[in-house]
Amino acid sequence: MWDYSEKVKEHFYNPKNAGAVDGANAIGDVGSLSCGDALRLTLKVDPETDVILDAGFQTFGCGSAIASSSALTEMVKGLTLDDALKISNQDIADFLDGLPPEKMHCSVMGREALQAAVANYRGEELEDDHEEGALICKCFAIDEVMVRDTIRANKLSTVEDVTNYTKAGGGCSACHEGIERVLTEELAARGEVFVAAPTKAKKKKAAPVVAAEPAPAPVTEAPVAPPKMSNLQRIRRIETVLAAIRPTLQRDNGDVELIDVDGKNIYVKLTGACTGCQMASMTLGGIQQRLIEELGEFVKVIPVSAAAHAQMEV
Amino acid sequence: MADVYLDNNATTRVDDEVVQAMLPFFTEQFGNPSSLHSFGNQVGLALKKARQSVQKLLGAEHDSEIIFTSCGTESDSTAILSALKAQPERKTVITTVVEHPAVLSLCDYLASEGYTVHKLPVDKKGRLDLDHYASLLDDDVAVVSVMWANNETGTLFPVEEMARMADEAGIMFHTDAVQAVGKVPIDLKNSAIHMLSLSGHKLHAPKGVGVLYLRRGTRFRPLLRGGHQERGRRAGTENAASIIAMGVAAERALEFMEHENTEVKRLRDKLEAGILAVVPHAFVTGDPDNRLPNTANIAFEYIEGEAILLLLNKVGIAASSGSACTSGSLEPSHVMRAMDIPYTAAHGTVRFSLSRYTTEEEIDRVIAAVPPIVAQLRKLSPYWSGSGPVEDPGKAFAPVYG
Repeated sequence: MWDYSEKVKEHFYNPKNAGAVDGANAIGDVGSLSCGDALRLTLKVDPETDVILDAGFQTFGCGSAIASSSALTEMVKGLTLDDALKISNQDIADFLDGLPPEKMHCSVMGREALQAAVANYRGEELEDDHEEGALICKCFAIDEVMVRDTIRANKLSTVEDVTNYTKAGGGCSACHEGIERVLTEELAARGEVFVAAPTKAKKKKAAPVVAAEPAPAPVTEAPVAPPKMSNLQRIRRIETVLAAIRPTLQRDNGDVELIDVDGKNIYVKLTGACTGCQMASMTLGGIQQRLIEELGEFVKVIPVSAAAHAQMEV
Repeated sequence: MADVYLDNNATTRVDDEVVQAMLPFFTEQFGNPSSLHSFGNQVGLALKKARQSVQKLLGAEHDSEIIFTSCGTESDSTAILSALKAQPERKTVITTVVEHPAVLSLCDYLASEGYTVHKLPVDKKGRLDLDHYASLLDDDVAVVSVMWANNETGTLFPVEEMARMADEAGIMFHTDAVQAVGKVPIDLKNSAIHMLSLSGHKLHAPKGVGVLYLRRGTRFRPLLRGGHQERGRRAGTENAASIIAMGVAAERALEFMEHENTEVKRLRDKLEAGILAVVPHAFVTGDPDNRLPNTANIAFEYIEGEAILLLLNKVGIAASSGSACTSGSLEPSHVMRAMDIPYTAAHGTVRFSLSRYTTEEEIDRVIAAVPPIVAQLRKLSPYWSGSGPVEDPGKAFAPVYG
């Protein structure tokens, strides 16, 4: 059975605000019956102040769907609509002391219901940008639609790329077969053939260093040496790489900023949700890998904390 | 009050006699059955006895037709892959849409490798169309693999007839009988079944031991090659203690066969009738007239299965569900979808599976516990209003996303 937190169990066994609110003037219906989750959120909003006076839910769904709905209604009561809209799905999950990765979509559904209810109250049309596929990476809860979209948008061609862009496959690696399958299909669709990375037990940490000191090689195999870049060109190239990675980080409410370049050391600052994220070191690893590939030289990406950054600027 | 275990199609309690029989083989008689000395020899004789017990349970003609494996999945894979390896000129596999993942995932993989896989559809009661099946039996088919009983609904397939049809067409027939063995009488020597898989832990033996029945004369290619164990058909040192346990479990299953089909069946029917009499908008899935004696799969409309299980678990009742949420997938059980059960009901299916240890008291407890749980969840459901479903549920509640 799922590893539900005590808080999830509490909100499932004794849900708060179950049922529709009398005199509701904001209703949000979300979910999909085929997925087994559907939620109706009813709010009573004070038309003068936009404050949510009461909230109720009706949910067709599993334990965590019911708990997420209950949590959401507790969280929004007393807030203005604008403040309520700031609640992210992560906030709902945090309120419940976390949800299993397979169940994060329950918190997403809560956030979507809130958006739908507010749109309903304001008489707005809500754009349906929701799409969800079967889970591929269980470590980081990344589904197939996300993997496919990211491969298409960024023309990715390796499992490593997919991990760098989406985190999928960055944990236990059991899903690499699934990622390879999606890559094979997507590459075929754009007329390319998927080529697997060479088999290697150890991560090639040392390899780029060796490449930096090219050994005399047979002429036929000698790689074309990357043209020497000026400092400005180099920094621009680094900025371009970071800009390419940025959308992925922003999807997780994070961001990255280039602080300084000092020889092989590239100083960056992770901001937003990236700060203190357990994934930060992996994200940095991904950025470093991309930079090494793009610049054709070994570089080291060093995170700079806000304080250290201030000091550096002094 | 002890908890009530009604999830015996998932796994079973190991029989006390079985545990007693296997224990000496961990410490006193720990020898390798392949060894010449007395340590090994004793174990070899015990294995022979276990093989004969399984032979008897299956009604097999020879004890050498019994190959011990590690689990039902290994037996399934061995059987299907062997048929393909032994007949490389044949590139088609026939199976059904409602097989266990042990067969279905393998077949999907084979399809991605270029094999043709025909998955026989089922009707709303989970039954196959044998005329359609007959039309697919041609010279390109290497093997037919059809389960004897469905793990979710308990529905029985006419495997003996299907095996005859395959045999007459010169095609190998394999059956995944993991749920059927020990619950329905089986007489392989008078059937046309070439291969059969079973799993120990479904019949009160421990986990980690299975059997592949291989009819004498059936062309075979091992999955695991190596030592001469199992006559070279499944290399690897024997899981001696568990195989011995399997033998005793087989003997016990024969002893309880009648009990299973009378007393267990009576309790199952009582449970089903007791729940359906009180809970509206609930129905039995599968083919109620032709199924395992121990299985009741009930769909509770307008609520979700995992939520039901969690509340049952809270009052000490263990069952299982075909809902999407219990598996972490987005779709409800492929078995429910194959039977075209509407989504509002497919997500709310609960499987109660009994065993010879199930008591009348336990069944009474479950009959009393289920209705209030269903009512509690329906009260939360947007598809439910007061004492019945909302009028035209599809219209009254139409989510934005989906």
